[in-house]
Amino acid sequence: MHIVDGALSNEVVIAGSVLAAGGIALGLRKLDIEKIPAAGMLSATFFVASLIHVPIGPSSVHLILNGLAGLMLGWAAFPALFVGLLLQAVFFGFGGLTVLGVNTLNIALPAVLVFYICRQGVAARSAITSAVWGGIGGTLSIVLTTLLVGASLALSGDEFIPAAKLVFVTHIPVMIIEGLLTGFAVYLARKVKPELFAELTVSAEATS
Amino acid sequence: MGHIVTSGPQVLVNAQVSGGNRLLDKLDPRTRIITACVYAVLIVSFKSLVVLSCGLALSLAAMQVTNTPVKATLRRMLAMDGFILFTLALLPFTMPGTPIFSLFGYGFSIEGLMKAIDIALKANAIILMLMVLVGTLEPVTIGHALHRLRTPQVLVHLLMFTVRYISVLHQEYLRLRAAMKVRSFQLSNSLHTYKSVGYLVGMMLVRSLDRSERILAAMKCRGFTGTIPLLDTMQFTKRDKVFALMVLFFALLLIVMEWMIDTTY
Repeated sequence: MHIVDGALSNEVVIAGSVLAAGGIALGLRKLDIEKIPAAGMLSATFFVASLIHVPIGPSSVHLILNGLAGLMLGWAAFPALFVGLLLQAVFFGFGGLTVLGVNTLNIALPAVLVFYICRQGVAARSAITSAVWGGIGGTLSIVLTTLLVGASLALSGDEFIPAAKLVFVTHIPVMIIEGLLTGFAVYLARKVKPELFAELTVSAEATS
Repeated sequence: MGHIVTSGPQVLVNAQVSGGNRLLDKLDPRTRIITACVYAVLIVSFKSLVVLSCGLALSLAAMQVTNTPVKATLRRMLAMDGFILFTLALLPFTMPGTPIFSLFGYGFSIEGLMKAIDIALKANAIILMLMVLVGTLEPVTIGHALHRLRTPQVLVHLLMFTVRYISVLHQEYLRLRAAMKVRSFQLSNSLHTYKSVGYLVGMMLVRSLDRSERILAAMKCRGFTGTIPLLDTMQFTKRDKVFALMVLFFALLLIVMEWMIDTTY
């Protein structure tokens, strides 16, 4: 779902970059000394997770897990995912340089929205409820990301609208799988470290 | 992106230093980063396919001159092309214009084809130059250079942490996968696979957060107060000036070409 250089109109690129910069600035303000190592570690975890391929029909997809990133990081998902995208572009040639802002926005904004929508549910007392909300968050983040990618393309030119629709349709299986995986990941994290999400929700409320 | 583990740059995955690069290594890393950014903005703003082809040729020439590993770099570039190929192939059919021929009732327009070529040239030229100029730097050096370019300090710290622990966590991931493998786990299209991989991700999260607590404790014990002193000896030297002049020359050349082609139409 990376958009490459040259595909988008200047207006979309500039607007995306400005919004992404705002998100990153907000995220950085929420990162105090205590949280820098944890955020760096999570950023690395999501980078490694994006290397995992999961079979899907005859093909396979790599994980994005931006919903999970949002649940764990809140606004800090913006700088954390930006760092991941920057490293991917520079060292692996994925995405592009001028579209870095747009790509960050498309991945990180859904993460933050999922954080606000699902954090109460994930912090629920029962691990099953928590996992279901995690699953909702995992699916929702990919739905939102494909919509944003589609919007970035469609706003750049009408000729991209069929491609934007295609992106959405082809990602429906990804939405389901990301939902399942996020749900199971949240379930396990809750079982192994029950205080994990409760802690994050409390700290997020304290800083916001 | 599974190919990254095998063909990706080893600097991130194995934490090894990339091979030396005679021409570029003596330049100030900041010069390389700024050049890549200026080049990207310049290329995106061009419209003529001839100029864009020259841009791609320039990127390829830069790769040759600087001894960047050709095979690995091109393989990564082609991997990106594979991703966008589908979207680009749609363009001639969806863009309104003069149709050359039609397929299943959809006209294949010359304008759409031009647009697709335009995007492919831009994307490849920019990403190639980025990989040649910045991708051959050591990740930590990029952090230092960005710091000197006035990137917010916390963002630089975050970058350095990420760079450092990608290799560690990748090792951890491989260990967990090996543990699953000896219990005869195989990836397949089943709920069992999604459940197992979900648990794998959950476990990695828990372990990495535990690890981050240990790191924080260790850093505090050594007097960490929120800033890591970034010491470096970056200097904009005469060599950088020569390089900058060269970049300026090529930039002007492309701009003049674009302008001349623009006026002839």
